[in-house]
This record gives sequence, structure tokens and C-alpha cells, in this order.
Amino acid sequence: MNPVSELIKNLADQNGRNRHSLLPILQGVVEQEKYLSEYSMIEIARELDLPASEVFGTATFYSFLEYKKMGKYIIRVCKTITCSMKGKNQILLAIEDMLKIDVGETTPDGVFSLLQTNCLGFCHKAPAMLVNNEVYTDMTPEKVRDILSSYLKKQKEGGSHDN
Amino acid sequence: MMKKRPVMTKKIKISINGMTVEVKEGITILDAARSVGVIIPTLCYHKDLCIAGNCRVCVVEVAGQKRLAAACATPCEEEMEIFTNSLNVLHSRKEIIELLLSEHNADCTSCFKNGNCELQKLASDYKILKQDFIRLVPFKKYSIDKYSPSIIKDDSKCIRCQRCVRTCSELQGINALTVAYKGDQMKITTFFEKPINDVVCSTCGQCINHCPTGALVERNYIEKVWDAISDSTKHVIVQTAPAVRVGLGEELGFGHGERVTGKMVTALKRLGFDAVMDTDFTADLTIMEEGTELLTRLKRALVDHDPEVKLPMATSCSPGWIKYMEHIFPEFLEHLSTCKSPQQMFGALAKTYYAKARNLNPEKIVSVSIMPCTAKKFEASRPEMHASGYRDVDYVLTTRELAIMIKQAGIDFMKLEDSHFDRIMGESTGAAVIFGATGGVMEAALRTVYELVTGREVPFKNLNITPVRGIEGVREATVRIENPLTEWAFLDGVELKCAVAHGLVNAKKVMDSIKSGESDYHFVEIMACPGGCLGGGGQPIPTNPEIRRKRSEAIYAEDAGMPIRKSHQNPEIIKIYNDFLDHPLSEKSHHLLHTHYTERERF
Amino acid sequence: MTISYQLKRADFIFKNQNDWEEVLSKSISRTPQELINELISSELKGRGGAGFPTGLKWKLTAEISDSTKYVICNADEGEPGTFKDREILSMVPFKVLTGMAVCGYVIGAKEGYIYLRGEYFFLLPELNKIIREFEYYCKEIKFDFTIRIFMGSGAYICGEETALFESMEGKRGEPRNKPPYPSNYGYMGKPTVINNVETLAHTYTIFKYGAKRFYDLGVQYSRGSKLFSVSGDTPKPGIYELELGMSLADFVEEFGDGDTKAVQVGGASGFLVPRKRFNETAIGFQGKLVGISLPTGGSMMLFNSSRSMFNVLDNYLEFFREESCGQCTPCRVGCQQLLKGIKAVKRGEKNTKYLDKLLRLTETMKLTAKCGLGQSVANSFSSIVENFREEMIY
Repeated sequence: MNPVSELIKNLADQNGRNRHSLLPILQGVVEQEKYLSEYSMIEIARELDLPASEVFGTATFYSFLEYKKMGKYIIRVCKTITCSMKGKNQILLAIEDMLKIDVGETTPDGVFSLLQTNCLGFCHKAPAMLVNNEVYTDMTPEKVRDILSSYLKKQKEGGSHDN
Repeated sequence: MMKKRPVMTKKIKISINGMTVEVKEGITILDAARSVGVIIPTLCYHKDLCIAGNCRVCVVEVAGQKRLAAACATPCEEEMEIFTNSLNVLHSRKEIIELLLSEHNADCTSCFKNGNCELQKLASDYKILKQDFIRLVPFKKYSIDKYSPSIIKDDSKCIRCQRCVRTCSELQGINALTVAYKGDQMKITTFFEKPINDVVCSTCGQCINHCPTGALVERNYIEKVWDAISDSTKHVIVQTAPAVRVGLGEELGFGHGERVTGKMVTALKRLGFDAVMDTDFTADLTIMEEGTELLTRLKRALVDHDPEVKLPMATSCSPGWIKYMEHIFPEFLEHLSTCKSPQQMFGALAKTYYAKARNLNPEKIVSVSIMPCTAKKFEASRPEMHASGYRDVDYVLTTRELAIMIKQAGIDFMKLEDSHFDRIMGESTGAAVIFGATGGVMEAALRTVYELVTGREVPFKNLNITPVRGIEGVREATVRIENPLTEWAFLDGVELKCAVAHGLVNAKKVMDSIKSGESDYHFVEIMACPGGCLGGGGQPIPTNPEIRRKRSEAIYAEDAGMPIRKSHQNPEIIKIYNDFLDHPLSEKSHHLLHTHYTERERF
Repeated sequence: MTISYQLKRADFIFKNQNDWEEVLSKSISRTPQELINELISSELKGRGGAGFPTGLKWKLTAEISDSTKYVICNADEGEPGTFKDREILSMVPFKVLTGMAVCGYVIGAKEGYIYLRGEYFFLLPELNKIIREFEYYCKEIKFDFTIRIFMGSGAYICGEETALFESMEGKRGEPRNKPPYPSNYGYMGKPTVINNVETLAHTYTIFKYGAKRFYDLGVQYSRGSKLFSVSGDTPKPGIYELELGMSLADFVEEFGDGDTKAVQVGGASGFLVPRKRFNETAIGFQGKLVGISLPTGGSMMLFNSSRSMFNVLDNYLEFFREESCGQCTPCRVGCQQLLKGIKAVKRGEKNTKYLDKLLRLTETMKLTAKCGLGQSVANSFSSIVENFREEMIY
């Protein structure tokens, strides 16, 4: 079986095949594949006996359920007021400069994607950002360069810096 | 989305605009107001659908509450004091309409729904004479989806009331349309924003019937038909579906469900069609072919014990139902009758049988149909529909489009005299006209098949097979065959189990029960649209259960008034078999009048 | 009028949670009615922002007869400037779980859920461990209550109670029509109590020490203590538990950097209070106090004179424009109009009088929007535009 179909079948076995099982399954696919392809949505629809359009409509509601191809590490920089006040734009510039991509883009080698997001709940340690599920706070341009470098290193070493 | 709440039987006292009134507890403010003659304007509310409460146009003031309440979604409570026209309400309502207009392509004069748009009506009623808000349309990447032969979807006119989504989901169970994204990106679209033609859309057009604005309209062919009519080298023939004659009047000054058959024929002649004939003729023909096909299948099942034969057999005249089957139940396609729909049978015969009889070059014939349906536009464009050697049906016009043409031609419809359909495909029976109502095909088939098999009329008073009539989503009927003619002896004692469903959400119920083996029907009639064709996606807007009921009454009245009420007694049918087709399911019939189906994707 | 309630610290929330087993078993040995009365006399109000009396909420849900009910902990903390729930779940999660379990006991629910925002995914492993420990104890004392975590996926609006239910049911997080209210028709259409994380932590305090200890803090209509998330131009960013009813002037005295121009109370859905009004504003729920209500959870963001109030408002409106579910007209289109509107005024493309039209628009949004998000945009919009109009224009 196709690995994605396999994954979806396992997720459905774990979470059930009801409508209220949809979100955990979507999250499970995103966790592994980093995004929901057309194929995966069709498979989920088939597995849960839901219309494909409902799966699409539900998934696109949630900012963290990507439906476009994403890099291995998704950087989400907080852009809400306190982080903005404390220098979020400098962080963004540093990232854009280092990775040569704009917000919304993915590096050609498929390693990093850069996005903005809303309040992460670390306003007292702004600016803050997420890389996949890891939180980084008290960011400065230097710190962010260090952090991204460490991800690059892990990526080269073939290790999984996931979560 | 709220399910409609059960209304309690206890009565409570409320006041609306100072008038005290007693209403049932639990009734919505909207319905309570209507009962005392207060009409609260709405947009996202529709009688056919569950309550949404998202447009906020119907907001009213309730004493003691800080915020305004949505009348469609708020149940009445004891001693509620409601004000539907306070200053707060008027001001808010006006502002909400202004907001909707700012997000809307308000270029009314170039819109197909000009004159029949609910947003336009609100703007007019509330005299929105200035638009101070920033126009948002230029900032959005709106798209117009024109790929479908039946439906045009224009996002720039969408007010996001979600009526189309609810229709496609609740009424039709197809879910081709969905709400996607959120915030200012929120829109109504399809799976991965594909053109509707590429997804599970059945093209039934119910979304068009329920859309308050011009966001969803039919692909119209009016200009093409005018061109053909004006072309003196072309011979333009037109066929009219049964349901059109009870709906057309609504667009031209008549009340709901008035029978305007004779006037319709006169109008068509005046428009310049060279021959005005009747789809009802081929409806009778369909009964002959399909009835014979059913009997053939029954013989294969009961006598030959052929394991390959598929029962139940399902009707195939509803192209929305066909496309639905092709997407959702492709493994059951062999259950569909191979008969084409009456429209397509007519088209195939127009450029062969008719052309020959009139000594015409089929290349010069333009075949037009007037349908209560948008899926028929899709059906006419199906690649296999060229049995005549040419496109069998060139253009399909909805009832609405015909009304537009009649108005454009300056015809005073109400003053017209009646005319008759032209020969040789214009004669029909009562059995044919009831095709327009849910249960009609079943009834027509039974009238003929029963008589064919037993030599007697169906054992129902006045041939009115009432068990298959009505509005319940799924209806069943059993007809017992006793003392058949010798040729049909194998059917003696057989209880013919029939089912009728309308609205695709009910079709699914029937299909699920067939799939699970729960049911043991022999013959199933499915109409994609609620009410059958009389509620079709091409019929006059608005639609609601009351209007459909009136149209249904008209159809059965038309049937009762016809001199001949069984398909096999139609003299033109007898003639076409004698002169041209030989007998039902003959080789010629197979070539011209039968078709095949295509498996499609699930999404 | 000057209010001089002093800034009073309190210390209940983060104090020792080690006696949770005792608190739980003692609580469920009392009658549900007793527990409800305790909560009602404490006058605890919801700490998520809406401020609904907790005791009343539990009472109403308990009174519905249905064999299936739910307790849900709303951990979808997403209001800008709020980060206290994360801290509670990290430091004293057993208090929250105990609160949920006692609620289950009171209303007759056997299942509890924590709706945890997707951004807090890193809390999962530890929380799962803690829940397992908690459920183990419940089994030991033969108390039938299970807790599961439901993860969000990045949608602020899912913090709205009915949108949260929709999300848990696998749908888009679009708020429902109210009535019916969650106590009648909540998750899966069943009677549900949904409480903020902090609210549940306070119930723990109340059940442990009794209503009076809680009631004695704060002021009339605003009893008890609250966690405040302080950030922005402050030398002391962080989380502080303070008694309700303090004057904003005292707050700024304590937390400002000496140059505080304005304070945003309650996040983007809250009010901006300018310096000239610090003295006449107290932080509490609406009541006899002059002051403003405490919306959305205690977020306090301080701005000094270097900050542009235009940028602040612009930031909030961007936030709402994105996070609105998009369902209802006043919010979906209103937020877009407000955002474009202030930009146009700032650029000189629209006359300053246009600001008044926008203010009227926010009034309409307050009256007609389907849920709290659309209804609250007016708060920050009007408080910023009215107090700092000069910063909005070209």
C-alpha cells in the first residue's frame, strides 16, 4: 500500500472513522507529511466515508493544516503586537537573508518554509517563533541564525530534529 | 448550522412591535412575525434548508437584550418584546446591506440576475443610495468558473450566505460545494478549487435555484438560439419538457403552477421555431423502450436465472442522477436502464426519423430543447450523444431562458391563444406529462407494463397510481401480477416491488439499501431534484415546497385531462415503430435510443 | 474620580498542588448541591474573558437531565498578550484536572476534554503523563472520570465555546447560534460545561479552602484574584496573580517603564486605556465600580510614548481579519472595512470624517455580529480612535 494510505488507515484505526475523528487524522498526516496533498485528502475522505470537499473545507479552516507542499522545518514567526514591537521584522529579515526566501515560500532544497503566525503565548519573551512544534523565545537576529544553522546541521547529518 | 428545532405545542404570549400575539413556544421570531403580517427581510434563510443565521440581515431588537437577535435563528420565549423596525434595527440592517454590497460586484446591469436578485431587492427596499465603504472586489482574486456546460459560478457576486452549500449538502447529498479558508479569505468553492465540471457536481442546478444573487447562474444559450432561428438556411426544431408547461407561466405573469401548454406552443411558434414538438412524445417512447427492457431483465432473472442480470433496474432520464451514479456508485452503473432520456431520444430522432419524414438535410437541422433542468445542458454535451451522426441536441434552454426570449420578442404571453404541437413528434399522453413529477415515470411505466403483461388496465381508480405519488423522499409500492397473458406466464404471482425517490439525498438512501442487500426492489425511479423535474434547477426562482406542490397539482390535472393516458396507445408512437423503429429494443432502437455510462472520480 | 485600591498580590494559583488527591476525594464526598453553593457564594466568574458566574454555569448544566454530559477545559488561549493558561498547565496541571473531575461529579459527566491549542503541542508529552497519573488515582477511588486531550490546529476563533464544540466535532470552527446554550446543547449536542483553564484552577482553591478565602479578595462584583499576563514596554514582563479591583494607575505604577502612554486591557478584544484615564479605571467586572470590564483573560500590554497607536490598531485589525471565521457579514466584511479604512485615512485617501463612519460601523458590529469576536472589535477600535485620533490621520 502507498505509505500515505497506510498512514491514514493507521490513523483511522487509532482515532476512529467518525466525523469527530477528522481533525486528529488530519493532524496526524500533517505531522508526518508536513502537508495534506490532494491524494491524502481523497484517501481520508474515502476512509471516513466523507465527501472530499468537506475534508478540504475543514482542513483549510485551520492555519496549521497546510495543504500546499511545505519544507521539512516550518518556521512560524509571531507577528502579533508585542512581538512586532520587540523586533519581529528584524528576525524576519535575518531569516529571509539567510535562507533567501520570502514569507510564504519554501527553500528550493525543501528544508525550510517561512510563515508568519499569530500570538504564540510568549509575549513576555518576545519575539517568539516556532520551528515545527518547538518554541523559541527572546529571539534576536543572531540567535535565529544559530538556531537555523543547527537545524541545517542536523538535516545534513541525516538526523531528525523533529517535534 | 442549526437543525430546525421541534416546535412545542404550548402557547406563549409575546409582543411584536407593540402588538400582543399568542404563538407556539419555540417558534422562531421570523415565523412568529410572519403570522402577524410582519415580514422581516432575510438572505441566508430558506424554507428548504436548515437555519444558518449568518447574513445577519434579519436582526431584530429584543427588549432587555444588549445585542440584536437574528430572527431566523432565535426562538420566542414567554413575554418576549420584539421590535422589528426600531432605529437600531433599521440602521444596522442598512449597514449590513452596505457591507454586503461592498464585497459584491454590484454591476447589476450586466448581470444575468438583474431584476431577480435578492440583494438587489434589499438595496432597493432600503434605498442604499450611497456607497461610502471601500470597494473590496478589486482586492480579491475573484474567479469566474465557466467550464461547466450547465453552471456558471461567479465568486465576485457571492455573498457567502452558504445557501448553495447547504442545498448541495442537505437537499442533494452531493457536497460538490464547500466553505473553505477563513477570515477575509473565506469563500465558497469546490475540492481544491477545481472547476465544478471536474468534481462530483451532478449539474442538477439546485444551487442555482437557491442562490439569492447572480453568483450561480445557468450557462445560457439564448444568443445561440436567436442566431439559429434567424438563419434562414437552418431548420430549427424545439422540444418542450413536461415540467416546463407548469412553470413557465410563473415568469410571465401567471401564478404558481398554472398550466400554460397551449400558450407556450404559440409563443414558441412566434419566436420563429420551424417546428414546435413535444418531449412528452419521447417520454411515451421511453416508456415503451424502458418497459420492454424491464420485462427483458425480469425474464432473464426469473426464467433464465441469468446471474449477470442486474436488478433493480433504475430509471435513467435524470442526467443529474446519472452523473451522481457515475461518481458515487460507479459499481452500480449496470443497474441503470440503457435508455436515453426523452430529451436525447428526441434529439437522435429529430435528425433521422423527422429529417427523413420531412425530407430535410439533417445537417441543416438545429435541435433545441426547453428544459426545467440544467443537467440537461450537460447531458446534451456528453460525447456519446451523437447517435444521429450529428450532435443530437444542439442547445438546451431552461424554462427561465425561454421566458427571457419571450420577453425579448415582445410577446404578450398572457394574451396568447392556445396552439397544438406539430406532427410527427408532438403527440403525447397523460402518462408522458407526469414525467415532470416525482413518481411520474414509475406510474407511466406501470400503466403500460401492467397492461402489456396482463391485458388489463392497472387496478387503480382512473389509472391514478396514488402510492407512487406524493412528496416523501422515498416511497414504495408493490404491484401484484395475476393471471398474465400466456407470453408472460413466468410473472404470475410476482409482486413487482417498486421504489421512487426524489432529491439526491434520498437517492443515496435507496442506493445504500440496495448496496447492503436490505431491499429487494425490481424497479426504481430516481429524480435528482426535489419534487422531480417540476422543481428542477432550470425552473423559475424562487422555489419552495408550496410552489412545488402547486406545480405538481397542475401536472396531474394535465394528465387527468388528456384523451389518451397510456404511452402504448399514443398513435404517433405506434406510427414510429411501424415506420421506423420496428419494435422496442430493435437494433435501430439500440443505436439511436440507448446509451452507455462512464465511471468518474469520487471527488 | 480617583480610585485607590492598591495593587494586591495574591498567591493561590501556583501554590502547591500536591494535595490534589485529597482535594478531589474530599470534594466528591460532598453533595453536588453543596459544591454548587460553594462556587456560587465564592462569586467566581469565568477567567477566560466572558466572566460568566461559574457556579451558575455548573448549576444550570447539572439541572438538565441527560445521561451523557461533558466537561471541557478551554485551553485554546489565543488572545494576544495572554499566556497564563500555558503557565498553569505547565506548573499546576493537577489543579485543572481536579477542577474538571469535580465538575464532572457535580453535573453528572463521565468524560472530560482539554481543548489544547496547536501552538502548545510541546506541552503534550508531560500533560499526557499527568493525565495518566490522574486517571489512575480516579480508578483507585472508583471515580468514573476520564480525560482526553483534543489538539487545536491554529484557529483563534476556536476559543469561542460553540466554535470549540464544532472543532471537536471535526468541522470548521464556526460559532453556532445561541440559544441554545452549552448547558443545554454543547459538545455533540449534549449538556456541557466549558471552563477556562484558570477558572478551573480557581475552583480548586475554592474547594480546598472554602468560598470565603476566595471571596475575601477583590472587590464587590469582582471577587477573588486573577492571573495577569503582563508584556510590552515593561521592565517586569511575566505572569502575576493580583486581586481584582485594583486601579490601573497603581498597576502602571508597578509595571510601567515610567513612560507609559497607554495600556491595552484584555488583548485585542479589550480596551485601550490612555494615560489620562489611568486614575479613573479599575480592573474588574462591570458593576458599581467606575471602570471597564475585564474581557478576555487578563492580558495587559503596556505601550510607552515611542509606540504608534496607529500601528497598534492596524496590528489588531490584521489579527481579526485573519482569525475571523468569516461566517457572518458584519464581522467578515466589517473587519476588512475597518482595516482598509484606517489605512486609507492614514494615507490621506479618505477624509478624517471617515473615521466616524467606521466608529458607527463598529457599533453595528457590536450589535449584530454572531459571536464575541465580531462583537468585541468595537472595543479596541473605539478606545484607540477616540483617544488617539491625532495618530490616525495623515
